[in-house]
Order: sequence, then C-alpha cells, then structure tokens
Amino acid sequence: MTNYTVELSNIVKYLGRRLIFDGINFSFSSQHIYGISGPNGSGKSTLVKIIANLISPTRGKVIHKNNLKKVESVKLHNHIGFVSPYLFLYDEFTAEENLLHFSNIRGISFNKERSDFLLNELKLIDRKNDLVRGYSSGMKQRLKFIFALLHQPPLIILDEPTSNLDNPGKEKVYELIKKEAENNLVIIASNEDSDIALCGQVIELEKFKRAI
Amino acid sequence: MKAYSLFKKDWQSELRTRYAINALAMFILVTISVIMFSIGSEKISEYLTGGLLWVVIFFSAMSGLSRAFVSEEERGTTMTLHLIAAPSTIFSGKLIFNLLLVFLMNFVITFLFSILFNSFIIKNITLFAVAFLFGNIGIAISSTIIAAIISKASSKGTLYPVLSFPILLPLILTLLELTKFAMDGNSVSSSFVEIAVLVCYDVIMLTASYLLFDFIWEE
Repeated sequence: MTNYTVELSNIVKYLGRRLIFDGINFSFSSQHIYGISGPNGSGKSTLVKIIANLISPTRGKVIHKNNLKKVESVKLHNHIGFVSPYLFLYDEFTAEENLLHFSNIRGISFNKERSDFLLNELKLIDRKNDLVRGYSSGMKQRLKFIFALLHQPPLIILDEPTSNLDNPGKEKVYELIKKEAENNLVIIASNEDSDIALCGQVIELEKFKRAI
Repeated sequence: MKAYSLFKKDWQSELRTRYAINALAMFILVTISVIMFSIGSEKISEYLTGGLLWVVIFFSAMSGLSRAFVSEEERGTTMTLHLIAAPSTIFSGKLIFNLLLVFLMNFVITFLFSILFNSFIIKNITLFAVAFLFGNIGIAISSTIIAAIISKASSKGTLYPVLSFPILLPLILTLLELTKFAMDGNSVSSSFVEIAVLVCYDVIMLTASYLLFDFIWEE
C-alpha cells in the first residue's frame, strides 16, 4: 500500500487578466476520494491540470510525495493516471496498440494480463483490435480509463469521469473508482451529483474567487 | 529506450496516416519539376545546381518536418504525451523521427539531382558525404525545436519559415560552401574550417534545444 500525498499551497491562477481561483490550500492523501466542484468556468479542469503538472499555477506550489519522498517533476507522469474530456488517444491505432505504445514510452513493460483485465471490465475486450477511429465516444471514454489505470498509478485524477457513458458504464466506473481508492488517491472534478457523491471531501471552487 | 519507443510509435503512425511523407514527396516532386521546366534546355553551372540542391532541401524541410509536433497538436494528443513521458524523452523521440525523415528526404532529393541534372557532378564524394551527414543532423535538430515552438502558435504555416530562415541560414551557407568544395574536388582536410563550423552548429543547436525544450513544452 502506498502513501501518496499532494499538497496545494496557496494556489492562484490567472488566465490572462481573469482570476480563476485564489489562495487554494489543501492536502490530499491516499485511500480517499476527493471532489472538485463548481459551475462551468469555475476552473475545475484548470485545477486538475495544475495538480497533474500539465500547467503551472500563477502563484503557489503543488508538492507530490510518495511514501514521504518528494516526487521529481520529470518523473511525475508515471505516478499519475488521468482521465479528461480533452485527452485524446491515437485514432490510427487499435486500443491494444495504444496501450502497448503508452507502456513502452513510459518505460514500463506492457502488462497484458492487466490490460486484458481492464479491457474486459470495461467491456472493450472484443473490440481491442479495432482502430480507435471507429469507437463511439462512450467507448473512447472507457479506453481513457484503461489508459489511466494500466500503469497502476498511486494518484488518479478524473475530470468529468462519466461524460459520454451510459448507465452500466457509469456503474462500472464507480465500482472501479471505489476499488482504486482502497489503495490510491483519487481526485474527481465534476458537476454530476452522482460523481461528487463518491467523494469524502469536496473543494468548492466558488469559495476561492475574489473580487478584482 | 523510451525515446526509441516514442519514435516507433511516431513511425508506425506515420506509415498509417502518411501525414509527413505525402507532404514531403509531393513537395520534392513539384519543386524539382518546376526547376526542370524553368531551366529547359539551358545548361546551368555546377555551382548553381549545388545551390539549387540545398534550396530544395531547405524548403522541403519547411514543408514536412514541422509535422512532428504540429500533428500532435492538431490531433489533440499533446496532453497525452505530457502524461506519458518526460520532456527530454519527447524531444529525443521526435528528433530521431525527424532525423530519419531528413535522411530519407535528402537521399531522394540528391539521387534525383544526380540523375536529372547533368551538371550535378561531385568530384570528392567523401567531402560531400561528410557535409551531407552533419548538414542533415543540423537540419533535423533545428527543425525539431522550431516545430516544437510553432506547434503552440495559431499561425503555424507562416511562423515556421520565418523562424527557420535565420536559424538555418548559417547552416545552409556552410553547406553551400562545402558542396562547392566537393564539386571542385577539394580534400576533406582543406575544408576543415567549414566542417568544424558544421559540427559546432550541430552541437550548439542540440545543447540549446535540450535546455530550452522544457520551457517550450510547458504550457
């Protein structure tokens, strides 16, 4: 069991001259599910991108620690599983080819057993050799989950995890999220009540705005 | 190894989508045809043919080599790359891909020049090979870092030649000089200064690219 923590220290983000949020201080730790909520444009996706080190905050620090040791930013990508509507996989490859390439580029050996397990769990096993180009949006969303979970990261960040999913798909995703949260840290950014209902603590971004 | 895996992914993707290869092949074909039509039956000097060779190579590089990063940006997969690899791995992988593309492209261009232009006579093949080797490496490094810079911009098509021209100019001028020497039959040792400039250019561009790429890659 890993002890993964993320510390947000006085995070401020401006996009151009517009303040998105100001002064976010929060600590995330393993075996919990955290939520980030707020209306459209409140900065949910921006905050998860900052946590995932995809963009930098205007001010403040994000510190990732794995078993109390600070994770170097160049190695951070292998500690994070990320699902988001603005994440795209390679259309010209099959689902399995995508997963194989991702594992190789990460520098970890491709775990076919885990890949097949996840493909089976998310009902894509029969279509694993089809080009992603031919997938529906729901199937692509499920494949993104496999992309996020394949390398068994200690931090899983889910931005609108159930978008494009049907009800059985949502149920399966919730089941996987709960299972992952037994050992790992899960952060969900969403407006869906059913997504937020899974979370123990929720950051409401509306509270981190100030008048300018 | 990780960079090689990224290159493998890119190469496999390229073979399926023909994103850069088609653009390069068409550009080479059209440019050489236009040169041949404009020359007609006129006899052109050896030096001019050598100059035309590098002009075609320069503009072909403009049309095809930016694709390494632009294709990721257009397909929306830049974030996916962010999530699976460190910046140095990404730059190395893209550089290997562009190296392969540059060598393939320039072999084809040089081969076409040697069979289509009677005045394209290289007397010292070794010197030309040395210039060709280091020149191609320089073009690949410069094109890769420029491609990374312009992939974030909105007017990619305009920005690429504008940025490339001053960066590639010293390289092209040195290559023109060395090609002239190779056509004259000068020895490698007598062209040492130009070869040293070429090697220095490659080393400087490679070092600067690795140092700058982290900042370029960060959003």
